[in-house]
Amino acid sequence: MKYVMLFTGVADEALWQTLPPEEMERIMGEIGAWWEEHAASGAIVGGDRLQGGSTATTFRMQDGVLQTIDGPFIEAKEEVGGFGILEVPDLDAALAIARTWPALQVQGESIEVRPAYEM
Amino acid sequence: MTNPISPSVDPSTDRSIDLAVRDAVGQVVASLTRWCGDLDVAEESVADAVEAAVVEWRRTGLPDRPGAWIHTVARRRALDRLRRSSRFAERMPLLAASPSEPKPLDGGDDRLPLLFACCHPALAPESQLALTLRAVIGLTTRQIARALLSTESAVTRRITRAKHKIVANAIPLAVPGPDDRAERLEQVLTVVYLAFNEGYVGTEGAAGHDRVLAEDALWLARLVAAQLPDEPEAIGLAALLTLLHARVRARWDGDRIVLLEHQDRSRWDHAAIADGIELVQRAGALGRPGRLQLQAAIAAVHCEAVSVDATDWSQIVVLYDLLRRHDDSPVVRLNRAVALAHVAGPEVALRDVDVLRAELEEYHLFHAVRAHLLRGLERHDDARVADAEALARTANDAERRLLTERLA
Repeated sequence: MKYVMLFTGVADEALWQTLPPEEMERIMGEIGAWWEEHAASGAIVGGDRLQGGSTATTFRMQDGVLQTIDGPFIEAKEEVGGFGILEVPDLDAALAIARTWPALQVQGESIEVRPAYEM
Repeated sequence: MTNPISPSVDPSTDRSIDLAVRDAVGQVVASLTRWCGDLDVAEESVADAVEAAVVEWRRTGLPDRPGAWIHTVARRRALDRLRRSSRFAERMPLLAASPSEPKPLDGGDDRLPLLFACCHPALAPESQLALTLRAVIGLTTRQIARALLSTESAVTRRITRAKHKIVANAIPLAVPGPDDRAERLEQVLTVVYLAFNEGYVGTEGAAGHDRVLAEDALWLARLVAAQLPDEPEAIGLAALLTLLHARVRARWDGDRIVLLEHQDRSRWDHAAIADGIELVQRAGALGRPGRLQLQAAIAAVHCEAVSVDATDWSQIVVLYDLLRRHDDSPVVRLNRAVALAHVAGPEVALRDVDVLRAELEEYHLFHAVRAHLLRGLERHDDARVADAEALARTANDAERRLLTERLA
């Protein structure tokens, strides 16, 4: 089964900024190791960290007119900060990986797991 | 539509049909899900088959192997459903390769993995309960709506959504491994306990209680305990529900609730009590106490006493203190205060209750307990105010009747 993990957090990473630098460095290190471990096992087959929502360009169909928006598709307190693609046998395997996402040590961070349609 | 309920049907026949359905449903849902890989198709087909079974069996009586009957009809319905589905061609080879016979219906139980899937933490708690009642116990959507004080369409939506989530996410029908067994089991036991409470307290306004759902939940708790003999909390839940259910006959006088202190204890089911106490001891012997075992132990102390006055209340207070190490919720502290009143008097207990106000203001039993303690202190006006507060916060007819009588 293919699942997509969406990494979300508070926009502008305000809470990250409040962490002591060594704490932030430790978590970033853990994130790197987490990613490597699951990529090496074959569970994570793709994904990336994304730049901030302010760098996004969005097209939206509105009343028959294609609008171009400078910014993310939804203005919200939270935004998607990255994604990962999992190829694992079932949801339990996917959730076992997702719940150990090291950024979850930071208040306000979240991770959403969704199954992909199998084409 | 003709009414399938013929007035000439003997109620004992209906009861035996219910039991046969309950025994078969979970097994057949699990077996068909493995066969076609789609819990939704399996579950809908079994629900159809059960409906057909009830009509048929009321006419002809129970067949020799009710489970096999339901399996055969459900499998046929499942095939019809799959043929209409766009993915049939893709699934066809799979279906052909699978065994057509269900697993044996006695033991080697397939219901436990199904139960764990229905109570998967990825599903909302209310969906876990509704789906369990339908897929594992075999209640109809109508029965579930009545038990959960909901509408049929809301229950249908909830169940449909939960099944789709299980199918779309490939949630496995499996008992989790040792790593997350404890957490997942906790969830399963909570759902079974909830089912029992819905049946015991009976949230349905008019009927007061629904004995059948409580019995179904008890049956399921005992099934889980039998399948997981090394899990003390599973045994603890079976013990707790056995003991609570043993008192059910004395708990009702027609549609009136009889409080523990006024119950005719000779009407308790003493064989069930002995059985429940044996389960408490068996769980305790595993040496891993938990909240359900402690609640069962408290129920056992009540069940062993010949009267309220002869109850070992200090033992109960000690058990509540142990329980607080596992579950320090305000409701547990409220119950502890009730026991404490028998040991240390109503004044001390009332102090413990009053500090819970902020957390339990909207809970009718908080006010009912206060009223009880205030009456013990001869503060009758304050007690009436508290009773009125309690009355304003419950919709249950039987509880309302009790409180109204007190206020009269």
